[in-house]
Amino acid sequence: MSRVHDMGGRFGDGPVEVDAADAPVFKEDWHGRALALTLASAALGKWNIDTSRHARERLAPQDYSRFSYYEKWIAGATDLLVETGVLTPEDLDTPEAEAPRHELADRALTPERVARVLSAGGPADRTCDVVKMFKPGDKVRTLAKAGNRFVDGGHTRLPSYAAGAVGEVVRFHGTHVFPDRSAHGLGEAPEPLYAVAFAASDLWVVAEDDGDEVILDLWQSYLEPAP
Amino acid sequence: MAHDDAHPDDPHHAHSHLPPDPALRVKALETILTRRGLVDPAALDEIIDIYQNKIGPQNGARVVAKAWSDPAFKAALLEDADTVLREMDIYGRQGEHMVVVENTPETHNMVVCTLCSCYPWPVLGIPPAWYKSDAYRARAVREPRKVLADFGVTLVEGTKVRVWDSTAEVRYLVLPMRPAGTEDLDEDALAALVSRDSMVGTALVAAPEAAT
Repeated sequence: MSRVHDMGGRFGDGPVEVDAADAPVFKEDWHGRALALTLASAALGKWNIDTSRHARERLAPQDYSRFSYYEKWIAGATDLLVETGVLTPEDLDTPEAEAPRHELADRALTPERVARVLSAGGPADRTCDVVKMFKPGDKVRTLAKAGNRFVDGGHTRLPSYAAGAVGEVVRFHGTHVFPDRSAHGLGEAPEPLYAVAFAASDLWVVAEDDGDEVILDLWQSYLEPAP
Repeated sequence: MAHDDAHPDDPHHAHSHLPPDPALRVKALETILTRRGLVDPAALDEIIDIYQNKIGPQNGARVVAKAWSDPAFKAALLEDADTVLREMDIYGRQGEHMVVVENTPETHNMVVCTLCSCYPWPVLGIPPAWYKSDAYRARAVREPRKVLADFGVTLVEGTKVRVWDSTAEVRYLVLPMRPAGTEDLDEDALAALVSRDSMVGTALVAAPEAAT
């Protein structure tokens, strides 16, 4: 049920190549351009952060694996621009063609608004009336199968490596937008969000050290009480 | 299943209509959007300037140095980072919900996002390439000690590792241990010792040679 982005615990990637401490923020000029274009496209208001994450996740596995980070961003943004009807595939085929002003042009991010938009952020906490089931110290078990329950193959934030595992709630984060719905236009459906600690030895066949832990932020829908 | 058409798994995604070379691809998309009035290139310049020159690990280093210098500040930071960081005017995109975790002789914390590359932008800026790499995303949760070795870090025996996988909109900042021999340093001098990687948990903060 997993997608290619769900790579936590995967074998075979080799050592981490550590960049020099003074490496530039954007190694190529187009990296910064790709980031800025993605943010400016999102500012048109046709999708949310969960939709945009899912757009990158559902790139074909061969594309996801061969694309560099910012290539994934630009591919995801392009796909969303077409899927939401902002652009057509024909528009993409003829970049230099003359085009009339778009009906969404009034929403275009202006230089004057940039600093304000970035510093305002997009908080994900919402009030909700879903009853909080857990508190720090409670034992919980994650869903046996990671995956979206509303759209087959849809967006979810329970990684496969942590499916069906028993852990302990260590923190309550408040009530947050539920990505499994939000990514698919099914409402924000906020619900309680918890940090849950898992013993490394409960997640991996071979743990590096029995005392080590992995902590994930998990929505209440991913959890059930564990004895 | 409802909304099955909301995620077409078409291997011929729209992006394949753009030129394959990434630089040309980005240029083409910018041209298309600019011609329709959907993007103002000056706004793109502004976004790049902010993340290249204004928001970066110097913000996080200022927070760490203050926490090392002021026990009441540190206690408040660990208790409610959002409130404390807002008071320092550190807030914004990808840092709306912050938690600070403290390294101690018993516990070493490190941060990853296995599903994408979530990272606390207002305190650390745009993530470095290694943080976004498949190798880091795949391995940090399963073999954090071997990953630390890739960074040249060996933990004192008996230290427990806690890896925080950023699966929601909560962003984590590691408060590294203050090195010995820095008792006489002021906040600015302390901040200069704090590396970006130490605030992700893939480095330790070394004592300044002159102070030892």
